Amino acid sequence: MNTNGNTYTVIYSVVLVVLVAAILAFVAMSLQDKQNENIKVETITKVLTAAAQADENVSIDETTDVLKMYTAHITDAFEVDGTGEVKNHLEMGKDDPKKIVVPSTADLKKQNDILKKIADAKSDSEKTSMLESLRLPVFVFDINGKEITVIPCYGAGLWGPVWGYIALANDGKTIEGAIFDHKGETPGLGAKIAEAPFYLSFRGKSFGEGDSVFAVEKGKHDDVPDCVDAISGATITSQALGRGINLWATYYQPYLKTMAAAVSAPVETVPAEQAVPADSTNTALPSGSNETVN
Amino acid sequence: MSDINFKEVLLKPIFKGNPVTVLVLGICSSLAVTVQLKGACVMALSVIIVTGLSSFVVSILRNSIPNRIRIIVQLVVVALMVILVDQILKAYSYAISKSLSVYVGLIITNCIVMGRIEAYALGNKPIPSLLDGLANGAGYGLILVVVAFFRELLGSGTLFGYRIIPQSFYDAGYMDNGLVILPPMALILLGLIVWIQRSIQKDLQEK
Repeated sequence: MNTNGNTYTVIYSVVLVVLVAAILAFVAMSLQDKQNENIKVETITKVLTAAAQADENVSIDETTDVLKMYTAHITDAFEVDGTGEVKNHLEMGKDDPKKIVVPSTADLKKQNDILKKIADAKSDSEKTSMLESLRLPVFVFDINGKEITVIPCYGAGLWGPVWGYIALANDGKTIEGAIFDHKGETPGLGAKIAEAPFYLSFRGKSFGEGDSVFAVEKGKHDDVPDCVDAISGATITSQALGRGINLWATYYQPYLKTMAAAVSAPVETVPAEQAVPADSTNTALPSGSNETVN
Repeated sequence: MSDINFKEVLLKPIFKGNPVTVLVLGICSSLAVTVQLKGACVMALSVIIVTGLSSFVVSILRNSIPNRIRIIVQLVVVALMVILVDQILKAYSYAISKSLSVYVGLIITNCIVMGRIEAYALGNKPIPSLLDGLANGAGYGLILVVVAFFRELLGSGTLFGYRIIPQSFYDAGYMDNGLVILPPMALILLGLIVWIQRSIQKDLQEK
């Protein structure tokens, strides 16, 4: 047979490619559940790692049963909209750890797309409807008696998305821990946002008041509470992360302020978390009520 | 073609004709994935499987492949194997697949794979081709593991994540060598291995 003829070559390549595609599609489909499970466990690990930084006695390493630890510490998980109202609860997996629901990075991206558009809203009503369409996840943990609220953030890094989770004390401002991840930042430069020296520098910082809630800028910021030092050689990644945190934290403010107000009001201290859904119907927030910093 | 020396096929690529130290192929990934022994072992295993299976498959197809699209067909076969390995790692060994990141995918561009297919699998029967592929993968993997052994031991004081250098050394002032973690030191280690091999095998030395 002439294996060099045009017809033969074309038929050969078509058959080969279709065959290979079929094999790959089959394998990808059959492994997909397992892969998604791994990604979910990774997200849970991230959320938990951020929360666990609040207490030095709680540590997570490769041997930790993350799902068990998550269900042991989580007290509430839900989504809020841009006005601070709790919209729907997320499955915490107390009965069956396999059922834990955590938003994937794709979900974060979806929210991020809305967040970016809000500033360009043409009218107030459009803005309100956008704010109400937001579904921002919130995780509340009990870390050895400390109430820790974990919120995600998301931004566009140099090569791909960067995202992370920030653990806040119950004043809704003080950062107790943080962890970040990225899709494809440069190893040794931007990729350092996922490494310890960088994310540990967030501890003890706090969200600021006013237009800018948080920033990642070059230089030392020992006396500036709402800013951390950028990574040298990775200006774009650092600033992108800073912008992402700032954007997300800004739209979490209504919820965080409600939470802080509920905590600082002595009567409601104990059922604060449960009380949030009921009485968060846009009560005018007393802006001075959260001056219980540290 | 009938009297193939199987011993030669299997052993030559491991030492005398090692693809990394003698042919100097696949350097890029051997610098990148040798910080930890565990990752290096998985990478070595992945490359062994990819080189073996793609040589095997190409050798089965060798008489039917149209000569003009030979390289493309080889590439499709190699890519198939690499994606399979990558998908399986993602499903069953997620942490390692994450630490190897893009380098699993980059096995496609590893010259050893295509090199062996072009040089051997296209002209030999499937079984010898399979062995040749496996052996070349193993030769690459061997270097990877040796380099990773020294890099993890000297750079982190651990092997497979277990602490080898005792804490008392650190208390006495011993410090991990940060340079070993960085790629340049992997290149130097690789150079040392080439040096040692050439001083043993005089016939490799260039005049």
